[in-house]
Amino acid sequence: MIAAVTSARLAKRRSRHVKELVIEMLLLGAALVAVLTTLGIVYVLFKESWEFFKHVPLKDFLFDTQWTPLFDDAHFGIIVLLSGTLTSSLVALAVAIPLGTIIAIYLSEFASPRVREVCKPVLEMLSGVPTIVYGYFALLFVSPILQWLIPSMPGFSLLSAGLVMGIMIVPYVASLSEDAMRAVPMALREGAYAMGSTRYQTAVKVVFPAAFSGVAAAYILGISRAVGETMILAVAAGMQPNLTFNPLEPAATITAYIVQVALGDLPHGSIGYQTIFAAGLTLFLVTLSFNILGYFLRKRYREAY
Amino acid sequence: MTMPDTSAIRALVQQHKRYDKMFAILGLLCLLVGLFTLLALLVDMGIRGVPRIDWGFFTEFPSRRAANAGILSAWVGSALVMLVTAAAAIPVGVAAGVYLEEYAGKNWFTDIIEINISNLAGVPSIVYGLLALGLFVYQFNLGQSILSAGLALALLILPVIIVATREAIRAIPSQIREGAYALGATRWQTVHDHILPYSTSGILTGVIIGMARAIGETAPIITIGALTFIAFLPPAPFSGNPPAGLFDWLFSPFTVMPIQMFNWTSRPEEAFQINAAAAGFVLVFMTLGMNGLAIWLRYRLRKNLKW
Amino acid sequence: MVIPMPNATPQPAQASSIKAEIRDFNFFYGNFQALKNINMGIEEGKVTALIGPSGCGKSTYLRCFNRMHDLYPGNRYEGQIVFYPDNTNLLAADVDPIEVRMRVGMVFQKPNPFPKSIFENVAYGLRVRGESRRSVLEEKVEQALHGAALWNEAKDRLHEPAYNLSGGQQQRLCIARCLATDPEMILFDEPTSALDPIATASIEELIDTLRGKVTILIVTHSMQQAARVSDFTAYMYLGEMIEYGKTDDIFVKPRDKRTEDYITGKFG
Repeated sequence: MIAAVTSARLAKRRSRHVKELVIEMLLLGAALVAVLTTLGIVYVLFKESWEFFKHVPLKDFLFDTQWTPLFDDAHFGIIVLLSGTLTSSLVALAVAIPLGTIIAIYLSEFASPRVREVCKPVLEMLSGVPTIVYGYFALLFVSPILQWLIPSMPGFSLLSAGLVMGIMIVPYVASLSEDAMRAVPMALREGAYAMGSTRYQTAVKVVFPAAFSGVAAAYILGISRAVGETMILAVAAGMQPNLTFNPLEPAATITAYIVQVALGDLPHGSIGYQTIFAAGLTLFLVTLSFNILGYFLRKRYREAY
Repeated sequence: MTMPDTSAIRALVQQHKRYDKMFAILGLLCLLVGLFTLLALLVDMGIRGVPRIDWGFFTEFPSRRAANAGILSAWVGSALVMLVTAAAAIPVGVAAGVYLEEYAGKNWFTDIIEINISNLAGVPSIVYGLLALGLFVYQFNLGQSILSAGLALALLILPVIIVATREAIRAIPSQIREGAYALGATRWQTVHDHILPYSTSGILTGVIIGMARAIGETAPIITIGALTFIAFLPPAPFSGNPPAGLFDWLFSPFTVMPIQMFNWTSRPEEAFQINAAAAGFVLVFMTLGMNGLAIWLRYRLRKNLKW
Repeated sequence: MVIPMPNATPQPAQASSIKAEIRDFNFFYGNFQALKNINMGIEEGKVTALIGPSGCGKSTYLRCFNRMHDLYPGNRYEGQIVFYPDNTNLLAADVDPIEVRMRVGMVFQKPNPFPKSIFENVAYGLRVRGESRRSVLEEKVEQALHGAALWNEAKDRLHEPAYNLSGGQQQRLCIARCLATDPEMILFDEPTSALDPIATASIEELIDTLRGKVTILIVTHSMQQAARVSDFTAYMYLGEMIEYGKTDDIFVKPRDKRTEDYITGKFG
């Protein structure tokens, strides 16, 4: 009788074991989707770019100063689009980094818990607004104001798009920087206060330097967001490729160009179709480098505590 | 003992505290800039757009005549795409989160998965559009359809759901897990009977935030080739003549709310800009509403946590 | 603006003067009364030790002297801590905690140097007080490092990060940081509990050299340390000051039975 019960138990155990294994494999499969996605992105971008670079030499791509892929006399200088991306990102960061840092220091070192509880959701809401709405805001609210301030201002400009993009990025920079600063141990702050420092002195001379790698990671994330942003620029910066570093002009970024092509009717396999993948690959590599840098910086500040 | 110079100390401290106060005011001002932008955005769109919103706005197709144009195809398209996104992202995201928290060991293999997730969270949304275009639309031949769009957005919000799941699971104290194992439960039984039920609200918060993000995404969907002027609805199953199949709607051309707004914003005529404001107001209402719901849920969660 | 530093030259032992008088002092964490009815006088230039079992309130009491509790919400002081010769109640509402901290320094249980160089750590207090002249800073930093018996080990690496120092060296750095600002009183909160015996001995030697130059209040969980280092000892239990007197008297013939029980090790 005991043998029967035991063998029944053993059989159940084996089938239970198989069931557990199958479930674990399924869950692992789900986790691997992330890896497959990265591989998919790399595959698609490289495959189409490979076709692209068969027709266009890499030297031209990197050094030509015109971007006119759809003309008969086609030029493929990515620098034109990169200039738009760079200029708009610089405007955005000129807004987001100072504002975000000050807000982070204020929330972490000055604000009472109640103020923080109110402000953090407001910041989260700011980052929850769809970017197309920000684009609308840039084109139909901010641009007219800029035109009123600077009469020679065109309706589409990198400045208008960049400013709004900056405000959109502030919550990311502020939230991550604040997390980094809150991670600084209280003992360090007490040491500074015990020496007669004010909150401002403690924040700026002790806490901020101690949290710097985390704050730098926040800045890097902001840069990555700015470079990858699409709709605000597609709507408010105009879609004319223009090699310029002057924010008062309209220009196209890498992302806006991809949108412009997608809105049109390009046959699959044409050179025009392939340009968006070459441009996309450039974008991907740029943001990837920033993300890797940010990842290591974040690891460093986490290890420090 | 000698008299310390207390008046000098007092003066110095007063001076420092003045800087302190100035910085506090600066901090508040910066916060107000953010708040003001949000308000300006909402008020401007509200003033221009809300009067335009009537029942017809939701039930009319877009049209060349602004006064008759509506967002019917757009919001139906959004809803259907969200359905696909949710059906794909939630099971995969939660499963991945469970795997990483309950099953995965600390080895290089797990590190690779985690690095990938962290990296994907920072990839620009338009790159997801390119992925979907090259892979889903052409390689897998799913076409420029709701299915491709839904899958693209699912991949986009996957990191959000995975992170939310992991944090919700991490909040469960190990005593509960150990209690279940001590009673002889298998790993899956512990997950199914304890871990998942207790982390549901945390996961739900993450799902809401992810979906709010997906509703507002424009770039990937434009890249796939969603058209901006659609004056018909995807075929409902068994409707029309000959009757549409159960899944024909998945492969239909479509548009979504953000694209409709983009289309109207790009038109110079004032009447279309009013339509854009109206569509934007609806869109913001939905996304901020969902974000607000998620924040409220998280707040309620923290209050109710009694381990 | 630079404040002139008070001159604290060692006085020969005469009529001993009181540096701080504590009158009817109570302290509350929210609704919980942590310190009850403390009355004592702390002599200038001497080392006063606070001993007692874990949870008796000695660290809480110490942190009242530089108003550390003001950093956290919900705390309340009652009574007075009066500093002489200017007769200021440190706990008065119109006295800014920052002013108090400019006169009273603190050394913490775990060394907490700033993420800066050794030089900048010691110079920090001076910079906060408005001193930015390089020559003055260098002179005072050297003086302070000598005072903390760290000069020889640090003089060749003044601009290296403070984190490169060992635990004992870091604690001496924190003491040097305090000394640089010529405080009237230094509070030591179990300064050697995180250090090995050799480092502990060096800190105790250091405290010995500071006698006469600065008033010292030290919390210690080790009775032996109190006996070695202090001139006066206060025994605390459950928030009350049970007995206070010359260290020799307390350890040889304590007047209160509770003190005697603690000292003879009847409980820990």
